[in-house]
This record gives sequence, structure tokens and C-alpha cells, in this order.
Amino acid sequence: METMRERFAAVTSRLLAEDPRLAVVAADISADLFGPAAARFPDRVINVGIREQLLVSVAGGLSLTGMRPIAHTFASFLVERPFEQIKLDLNHQAAAGGAVLVSAGASYDYSDNCRTHQSPGDVALLNTLPGWTVHVPGHPDEAERQIRAAARGTGLVYVRLSTETNAVPLDGEPGRLTMLRSGRRGTVLAVGPLADAVVDATLGFDVTVLYAATIRPLDAEMLRAGLQAPDVVLVEPYLAGTSVPAVADALRDLPHRILGLGVGRRELRRYGTPAEHQAAHGLDARSLRAAIASFLRI
Amino acid sequence: MTTTADHRPPATFAGLPGLMSLMTGDDKHDQAATSTLDVLWVLYDRVLRVTPQTADDDVRDRFLLSKGHGPMAYYAVLAAKGFVDPADLPGFGAFGSALGLHPDRTLIPGVEISSGSLGHGLPLAAGVALGLRARDLTDSRVFVLVGDAELDEGSNHEAIAFARAARLDALHVVVVDNASSTYGWPGGVEARFAVEGWSACRVSGRDHDALEAALTAPHPGRPHMVAAVVEPKSAPARPAAPGRPAAPKRSAAPKP
Repeated sequence: METMRERFAAVTSRLLAEDPRLAVVAADISADLFGPAAARFPDRVINVGIREQLLVSVAGGLSLTGMRPIAHTFASFLVERPFEQIKLDLNHQAAAGGAVLVSAGASYDYSDNCRTHQSPGDVALLNTLPGWTVHVPGHPDEAERQIRAAARGTGLVYVRLSTETNAVPLDGEPGRLTMLRSGRRGTVLAVGPLADAVVDATLGFDVTVLYAATIRPLDAEMLRAGLQAPDVVLVEPYLAGTSVPAVADALRDLPHRILGLGVGRRELRRYGTPAEHQAAHGLDARSLRAAIASFLRI
Repeated sequence: MTTTADHRPPATFAGLPGLMSLMTGDDKHDQAATSTLDVLWVLYDRVLRVTPQTADDDVRDRFLLSKGHGPMAYYAVLAAKGFVDPADLPGFGAFGSALGLHPDRTLIPGVEISSGSLGHGLPLAAGVALGLRARDLTDSRVFVLVGDAELDEGSNHEAIAFARAARLDALHVVVVDNASSTYGWPGGVEARFAVEGWSACRVSGRDHDALEAALTAPHPGRPHMVAAVVEPKSAPARPAAPGRPAAPKRSAAPKP
């Protein structure tokens, strides 16, 4: 299957031809995938080299001139390393064009690279800033729809691409939660590529399973509509508990319990495969099943 | 904020200290503010093609004050040129004022960037220059003012190397050099730009004719940099002799 990153490059290359305000800024990563687009649009496909502070600031400067920039590299170097550039050059400048950040690498795509290329904290960091829409696609088709919408928009949008995927796209209406299953003992909210594991983990459980390809803003209306018991298990493919405050806010007038599952804070200091990292963080179907059953008293 | 006939600003360099005193309450000014006063005046009086009436036009020159510290000189020049109402200057720094210790572009007409954190203006300006090129706004230029100590921030050096490679000839950097960088720049701050292939020169930051000539010098195909040398930060504020930039003065490196 075509990766989300390959789809991103293909789709964005086509969008460049349709929208003269669109520009791509890269920092070497994926620059090869944008080669044909760079040849056709040399002023709007910009590779700054391995300079990630500049990557974000250039996006900010483009936005100040009314362009719609899409900046891209690995999440660890797009969000974590130049975080103050995001805070000031994208948020604080409040430029009309806004900006789109598209990351690759996610939490443990590069499981054999160790900590340096793993970014479980990216969404939590962005949650300290106002105004961001955060997409966590679970399939290349979902990523394409989100990237197309982001390119058309004007706000601040983060798209978190991963090599981890679900077997099929699960998204429905853009920005809304999808109900995968309805049940009475509680709600399990699966985010992005962990949906297949959550579906496997909850086989035979009388629970509601919701799917989010967009976690911020959280679709509080659908979360509440699917809520038959006020207990929620949130399963996120990045730092555990990242979106617990958003769920708590959505349920603030109800007595409720929330369990936030996700990537642990502790450094694993292991190599190996993404599947091994998923299991080490308790995010494989078997571990999830035990955690969900315990919390929901099933 | 609009300029009213009742507060017609004095559009002369000699009127600036009076405007600054509205913010500080006296005629003595912080060195961080006065180091930039002549450069800012020459830019707005002789170089920049922007007025309060064209501040939102696509075709205009953009001035980015990267060194957001000590913005009183900036606000005084903006008031003299009609961007800011002089009646608003005495509120400087107050909760409800648009004029803070670091400028906010959303609060002040004509202010292109919010600044204060060092090392953001030049990388942003590189993006602005790219945007002007992509939008075919070839009659617009971008000027960014940085301090010599601000160049300590590594983000500037990412932009300096890239701007040459991208041939950003709409990009102009003026470094106000008051020898305040802790470890200094051997060979002069302009050497950091020249080695990357920029058009670069060094003039007195108090000589208006020399500044105008340097800021408007042709530099086809290359970004342009002007080192505007003023008296060292640690010395009493007095103009350097025209044509003789003040000698850099460094303190010894701190001992561990």
C-alpha cells in the first residue's frame, strides 16, 4: 500500500497546480518525493536543507505574504525541535494565511532509530497553543482528505502521518467521530492508526467504539451521543492521556471516569519493530483488552 | 490609532527625542533604543516605500524589527511618520496600550512582525522574500533590523546560508552593531554574511547619508547586508565620527 507520506507528496503536488497561494517547505526529508513538483513550481516548492528552525520560520514568513505554506519533516524536527518557532512565527504572528504542518515518523514508526526520531509528545506540545486543528489519519485515504481540506483553509492545521495504518479508512464526515460499534458498558475512543487494535481488543464487549481521525477539536457532540455509560477509555497513538482534558471538558456536566491509554512517558531504549514498540507501550490488542476490561469492569 | 490634525507629528529627526520622552518621561534613553534610532529614521524617511495609507497593500516594502527590545525609537519613528498617534505614546507599556516593550503586529498599524524573542526576524524575512517572489511582487523589498548580539542565535545562521543559495535579492538585513555580542564576530559581523556570498558592507550607524547609500546600493541576484556601527553598548552614548565606525569593544570571555 502507498504510504501516507507518498500520498501526501502526490496529492500536494497536484494541489500546487490548482492553487497559486500554496507552497511546500521541506527540510531535506521527502524532498525527493517533491522533485517533479519542484521542477514545475520552483518558487513554491522550497527545500531549506537540514534547517528546521528556518523551516518553520519560512512558513511563517510565507504566510505573512498571504501564501498558504505546508511545512514538512519528521515530527521530532517539525514540532519538538523548533517549538518556539511554531509558538511565535505561526501562532503569535497570526498571519492571514495560517499554516499547515505535515509530519512523518509519529511515535515509533522509526522503532529501530531509538528516541531521536520518535515524537510521542508532538500533539501534547501543540495542545499548549491555541487554534490548532490536529488530524491523526489512520489510512492514506483519510490523510488525503485531510490534506486537501487543510490546503484550502486558512487556519493552523497539523497532520500527523504514520507508517502505522488501519486496514481500511474509517473516517466519515470531516472532523466528526465515527461510531464503529454501539454498546452499554462504556465508550472506547480509538484515535488514528490504533483503531484496528481497539476493534480487535473489544470483540465481544458490550461497549461503544468511536473512531477519531481528527482529535482536535474533539467532536464532543458525537462523544456524548454514543455515551450509554459515563466511562470512557481513550486510546491514542502518542503520549498517553494527551486528550484526556478534552474528553473531560466534553463531559464536564456529567460524573464520569476516563482512562487515557497511549505511548508511555518512560523511554524504552529498545530497537526492533513498530509492533514490538506498540506492545511494549501496552497498545497491542491483547494488552488493550485487559486494560479496557479492567477499567470498565467487564 | 489614527493621526489627527491636533497631534500632527514633527516629521524631522530632531523631533524624535521629544517623541521618545513621551514614553520614558525624560530625555535620557535606554541604549538599546537609541542604537537603532538613526537607522530606523533613515529607513522610514529615505528608503522604505510604505506609508500609513499603503501599510496593507500587497505592493509595499516590508520592515521587520527583529530586535524587539527597546522599541521606543521604533515607536517614535512610527509616530513621526503617521503610523502611530503621538497621543498614544505616553501609555507605553500600560495594560491597555498598543505599545508594549515588545511590539505586537496585531495592535499597531504598519508593524510587520511581533518580536522580542531574538533570532526570529531574519528567518521570517527569508520567508517573506520567498512569498514576494512566489506572488510575483517584484517591486516589493523586505528589510530586517537585527542586533549584533542577536546574531548569537543560531536560527539567523540557518537563514544567512539559505538566503544566498535561494538568491533572495529582495532581502535586506541591517545589523546594528553596538559590540554587545558576548563573544564578538572576528573580522566584523559583515564577514558572516560575505562568506556566504551576500552583498555586505559596513558604515557608521549614525551617518544618515552613508546609511542611505548603503541600504539602497544595487546587489543583483544576492541578498544585501549593512553593518551599521554605533558606539559600544558599554560606552557613553555618543555618535561615532562620520566615516569612522566605532571600534568594537569586547569584554573578556566570562570565566567558568
